[in-house]
This record gives sequence, structure tokens and C-alpha cells, in this order.
Amino acid sequence: MTTAQKDPVVVVVQLSGGNDYLNTVVPYADPNYYDGRRNLNIPEDQVLHLDDELGFHPAMEPMARMYKDGNVAVIHGIGYQNSVRSHFRSMDIWHTCEPVKVGTEGWLGRATRELDPIGENPVTAVNFGHGLPRALVVPGVSVASVADLAGYGLLTDISERQQREKVLQRFSNIYAPSMGAGQVMDYLGQTGRDALKGADILKAAPEKYTSTVEYASTGIARSLRDIAMTHTADLGTRIFYTQHGSYDTHAGQAAAHHKLWSELSVAISDFWDDLREHDADENVIMYLFSEFGRRVRDNGSGTDHGAAGVSFVIGPRVAGGMYSTYPDTRAEALDQGDLVPNVDFRSSYSTILEDWLKLDAVPIVNGSFEKLSFVGNGSGA
Amino acid sequence: MATTQDYVLTAHLMRRAGFGASWPEIERLSGQNYEQIVEELLHPEDRPPVDEFLLYRYHPTTELPGGNVAQGQANYLFHMINTPRPLEEKLALFWHQVFATGNNKVDNCNHLIDQIQMFRDHGMGNYRDMLLRIARDPAMIFWLDNQENHKYAPNENWGRELLELFSMGVGTYSETDVFEASRAFTGWTVSAKMPRFPYGRFPWSFEFRPEDHDEGDKTFLGHTGNLNGDDIIDIVVEQPACHRFIARHLYNFFVADEPQVPAWQIEEPRDPAAVDAIARVFVESNLEIKPVLRFILNSDFFKSEAVRFQRVKSPAEVVVGTVNMIDEFKGPVPYLEIDLSRQAGYMGQDILDPPSVEGWHTGKEWINSGSLVARINFVAGMVSNPEHKGVRDIIDRVVAEPAAASPEGLVDSTLKYMGMVEVGDDTRRELVEYARGASPIAVNEGGNGSGNGSGDAAVMEMMSLIAATREYQFC
Repeated sequence: MTTAQKDPVVVVVQLSGGNDYLNTVVPYADPNYYDGRRNLNIPEDQVLHLDDELGFHPAMEPMARMYKDGNVAVIHGIGYQNSVRSHFRSMDIWHTCEPVKVGTEGWLGRATRELDPIGENPVTAVNFGHGLPRALVVPGVSVASVADLAGYGLLTDISERQQREKVLQRFSNIYAPSMGAGQVMDYLGQTGRDALKGADILKAAPEKYTSTVEYASTGIARSLRDIAMTHTADLGTRIFYTQHGSYDTHAGQAAAHHKLWSELSVAISDFWDDLREHDADENVIMYLFSEFGRRVRDNGSGTDHGAAGVSFVIGPRVAGGMYSTYPDTRAEALDQGDLVPNVDFRSSYSTILEDWLKLDAVPIVNGSFEKLSFVGNGSGA
Repeated sequence: MATTQDYVLTAHLMRRAGFGASWPEIERLSGQNYEQIVEELLHPEDRPPVDEFLLYRYHPTTELPGGNVAQGQANYLFHMINTPRPLEEKLALFWHQVFATGNNKVDNCNHLIDQIQMFRDHGMGNYRDMLLRIARDPAMIFWLDNQENHKYAPNENWGRELLELFSMGVGTYSETDVFEASRAFTGWTVSAKMPRFPYGRFPWSFEFRPEDHDEGDKTFLGHTGNLNGDDIIDIVVEQPACHRFIARHLYNFFVADEPQVPAWQIEEPRDPAAVDAIARVFVESNLEIKPVLRFILNSDFFKSEAVRFQRVKSPAEVVVGTVNMIDEFKGPVPYLEIDLSRQAGYMGQDILDPPSVEGWHTGKEWINSGSLVARINFVAGMVSNPEHKGVRDIIDRVVAEPAAASPEGLVDSTLKYMGMVEVGDDTRRELVEYARGASPIAVNEGGNGSGNGSGDAAVMEMMSLIAATREYQFC
């Protein structure tokens, strides 16, 4: 069933809490930056220079290396019009592509439905973490959610094999679709059936996996290792999702933001080394986003919720470089003290959906958005 | 003599106003008048609190767990399992879900435990007082950065969430209101934190610093003046949006699942008349919570069959409800901190550590393929051990039922003694089919077949399978 290895795969990493764009991709040549960030600036000599205007946070050394290899696309000023400063609402908007009304369907859930219309493979999309992010939720679309890949299974307390099989058979009947059960019961039914099937499939991943890459013992490193295990096991998974955070650095930002990017950059770099070792990197791209950036002026030890942010696209098939432009940092150009977004997040989604996954983006992102050109053809630079 | 309807209502009440009850408890309570059971729940002071000395004697590391959330969770779980005051404890969980404060940032379970104790002590009291207390709660201040909210550098985190998540709901105020409210809370901080080393943690306490408080005029929801934080709360609790918001929260927690909180401005309540009625009682009682609870629990909409099993159990309800059903793990138990207290987290609810200030997404969002597997495996594991007192009791009662010799009887008796569990016709048919092929129960001819063990496997498998049904995920 899985001749799908060379099918394109997307790994999405959500930076929860609102990542501080200004201190991630630092406009070190811009005096407005140092004016706004009296207490929380990265001095020019510590910035990891990318060009003569911009540089990465010093904790992003592995990312800077990948950027120089041509494998990282930086999407500047990303967001949406009338940016919302509430985490939850803004995250919902990024998840559902519905900036006005409250959406119930996630963009990656819709993509999963297009990739596997009859729900043949319950591990077409897999989330690593607790709970399922709304980006992956569409009624009737199954997405496996795995907290711990090694211990995954159903009714594992019934140790007698034959008896367990009988119970699981009955379980599968109980969760069979039924007419008029109501939306929530239908959802539970589908979830139960897919959990059963997904558990059987995912069992294989840790058994097959060996690697010389030693991941760090951070949560994000474990999640990316589990993604590498599942991807290299060739189970037909096309969409992976995980989160890292919290980037909600209202206070004590200098230390917290450094630690976050240090953990993340190292984990990402190890992940790509691992895929390369398995010759399984060419059909993967990774997308990093956060629900908003943070305010230009710091509040002393931290930063409050802002608007425009930054996304990254990483992988050997990515056309590395800068996309869109850094938003205007002059006081008169700001909206309530925040950078104004100049590229809609749905442009980046549309590019991934159409140029990478070969899907029609319009019905998934609820409209037509100009694509960016970060999906390249060749390998690396 | 209690009727089936009495058992049904008692079991429903105890699932909602508590964490469920074992069959003997349901049977005992059903002998009383329903309103009387409600009154007892509403008067926790008539019963002793949890014996904390017992907890700290046997689980000393849970007294001041510092940043160790597993120890903090063990402390909280011990209370949920051992409380003689079910509604008080359930209400504390309600407030924890509303005023969600997490160790992932606070890094201090000592104060999170204090906050939960505040919910126990004052949860049935006045909502305005509750807001005044939570605004001064050290864990909350730190969680929402109000110690960084300064006269000349306002920090909006607390001001915004007070309005968006704790009282009124998004869309009922302007960005200016957020800013002005934040100014009114400048200078509300925690006492200077001593360095943790070398002596360890010092307790935090609320402190108002007049020199860091913005004394200028503020305009908030149409009121202008030199407003302080208390004034903001006084204005907030006058707003109809606030009354409806809290009424809907209570409906969502006690009656039936509503959509997620951010959707409330757009999606109508499932039962608008009930939410309006709750809001009215809330206003008439001058924002006292106890009369509102009395109204809800005695209302027709609460007792209606239409809302029974219409709330997806939260993971805390799964864990504590199971523990109550099997009548085990009461008092100090080995591995409380490293096993039992982790289970709700595996199902997606790390108590004392919500993912964000929005709290947990509830209802069907508790369920995904990962959490469903964790829920089923946990309950099935617990009911598969005949040495658990409650499991033994259920087996004995089922086996003693003459009807249990038939597959239908086995299914119905097991559902009953697991706490008047209700399943749909299709599910029942599958359970009956399974019972047909299961290990036969020795037919109990003399009405006294318990204890010979012949029925153990059949009843325990039936319990596992019931725990695995969709219906069992609801309460």
C-alpha cells in the first residue's frame, strides 16, 4: 500500500505563543530596531549575519548554516489584514484560514482529505503531541495523534492474544458508522476506528528504525525524532505536525527566547541529518510558523503581542533566500505599535499546497492568494 | 423504595456535581429526596475537608512541590479522589478550567495549589469577590505578567485575558478598553522575589505599589475617572455580557457541551433559554454562585434526558470517576505521584498545567485518536483487576442477578452496576453479541453464586468493552 515514499511530505512546526520576529530575523542595520528595543535588542556583533541588513538570533547557528547552504526560505512580514492580538483567535485563523468568522475546518485537515479522499490510510496525517491542533481537524477526516510512539496501541491490558482479538473485533463493530447518531458520535466513531487501524500501522515505525543521529533530550527533539521514525518507516504519511513553545515572552524574554531557538535549531538540524542518513530528505519540506510577531517596542524585560511575523520553509528542495520584504519599522508605518503584515499567510499555504503537494489551494485556504516561489526544483542551492 | 428513575437521576447528579459514584453510593443516596442530595452537595462545610496531614505524612514531596508539576498534580488528585465534598471539589476544577493557570510558566506549584485551595474555599461564593481574589493571586499575576505591568510601561496580558477569558468574552469590548483596564492594574504585583538559591523558594505574596500605579484618568466601557483595578472589576460585573458569559460557562460545565469559548460570540448556545435563565438567577443573587448552582441542579433542563451523557468527560473526570467506581486508591497509595497522577495528562489534561490561558478545549476536542486510546486503556486496565474492591463488588452483584445468565442480562446488569451507564441500541446489540461468545457465567440457581470466580472473566471483559464504547466517553 505504500509505494508513496517519493510522494511529497510536509512537516509543520507550530511555534506557539507568538514568536518575536524582530529578535529572530534581526534588522541589525535599522536604527528603528534599536530605538524600539532599548532593553531587548541583539547587538550587531552577536547577530548571525545573513546579508548586510539582516541576521538570525545568535541561538540559531544551525539554521544559519542551513540558510547558507540554500535550504532555508525566510518569509518576511507574514500575517493577515487587521491582525488579531489574541493568541487563540489568531491561532484559529492560521489553522482554519477564516479571518472573519470562526472556522471549523483546519487547512491541513482539508489537505489530508484531498490526499486521501476515501480515508484509506489513517496515518496520512500524524500529529505528535497531546491533543489535536485545529489545523488538522476536519469532521470525518482521521488524523493520528501520538504522544509517545513507542507505547501506542489499544486495550493493551488484555494480554491474552486471542481474547484481545475478539474484543478488538467487537470494538471495531461498536465503532462502525451508524445512521442518525449525531455529529459528535460520528466523530467518535471515526476516531475509534482510525485509532485501531492507525495503531496497527504505527507499531511498525519504532521497530524498523535505526540511526546514528543522537537527538537532544528536549520535547521538540523527541517529536522530530518520532517524525523521522515514522517518515523513514514508509507508512504513507504525507503531513506531520508538532509544536514547540511557549514563545509568549511577555517577560524574561532574553533568556527564554534564546533557549527556545537553541532547542529548536538543534532539533531541526538533527532531524535533517537523520533524514539524509536514510536518504529520505528529498521529498520533505518543513514549515515553521507562529500566530503573530511581537510589538516593536519592548516592555522592559519582554514584548507584548504584535502583528506581522516570520515563517520559514526548510528542505533540500526549497529555493532558499528571502521572500517578501521586511515591514517598515518607522513609527508612522506601524499599526498600534506593531509591524504591518505585507504577505498573507495563505500565500505560503497556497504555495505548499499547489507547488509541493500538487493540490488545488483555493478551496483549502478559502480563496486565491498570490504564490511565493520558495519551492525549487533542484537539490539545494 | 428507590425507583430506576431515582437511580438514573442520582447517578447523573453525581457524575456532574461530583466525579461519579460507586454503585453502593448511588444506592444509598437514591434513598433520599433529590433536592435533599443537592442541598447536601451545596453545604460542603457540613463535612470535614480532605485530611491534608495524611497526604503530607505519606506523600511529603507533594506539600511544596515547587516547579515539579507531577508532585503538584498528585496533591490535586489526592483531593479530587478523597474529598467528602464532591461539589466543592468539582467547582474548583470548573474555576481551574476558567482561570486556567499553568506551571509551564509559573514554575511554582506551591502557589498553584494555593490558587486551587482558594477555588475550594470561595468557589460557591460571590463572583465579584472571586475576580478580586484572582486579580491578587500571585500565581495568576505571574502567569499573566502583571508584575511587568508598570505605570510607564503597561503590559496588557492580564488586562486582556480578564476581559476575553475570565469575564466577558471576545468581541464585547474594544482594544482601548483592554489598554485602559491594563493601566488600572499597574502596580498590582507580587512581593519582591528572593533568589531561590541557596535557601530555596520564598513564598510570593500580592503587593500593591502606589508609586508604580497609573493615577491618570482612564475610560473603560464608558466609565471615566481615576480607575483602579477594583473599579474595573466592578464595571465588568455589571455587564450583561459578563452574566451571560459566566452562565454559559456553567451550562457548558454542568449541563451539556457547548462549542469552544472563542466561538461563543458567533454560535448561539445549545439551549439559549437555559443560559438566559442561569444568567437571570446569577444577577438576582447578586453574583452569588451557590444559588445559581442550586437553580441549575434542580432545573428541568438539567434533569432532562436530553442532556444526559451529553458532555464528553474531561480526563480528570475519567480518572477520578474510574477510581470512585472501582473504590480503590483512597487515602495514601504507592506511586500516586509517578503513575496515577500522570494519567489525566496522557489523556490531554495536565491539571495545574493547561496549555494556555484559554484552558483546555473541551467537548469533543478532548477526543482524538491518541487521547481516546489513552482513555480506553486506562479504564479497561482498572476494571480488569478483580482485587479492586469496586470491581469485585460489581462482579458479585452481576453474578448474583438471575438475569445475568442470559447475554442480555449480563450486559444490562453490568451497565447498571457501572453506574447506570446508558448505551445506544446498536452498541447494546454488539455487547450482547460479545456476551454470547464470552466465557459463560455459572448459572446462579440459588441466588448466591458470588465469589466462586466463574463469572469474573466474563464480567470484567464486559466492563472493559463497555469502557471502550463511545457512550462511555460521556457523562
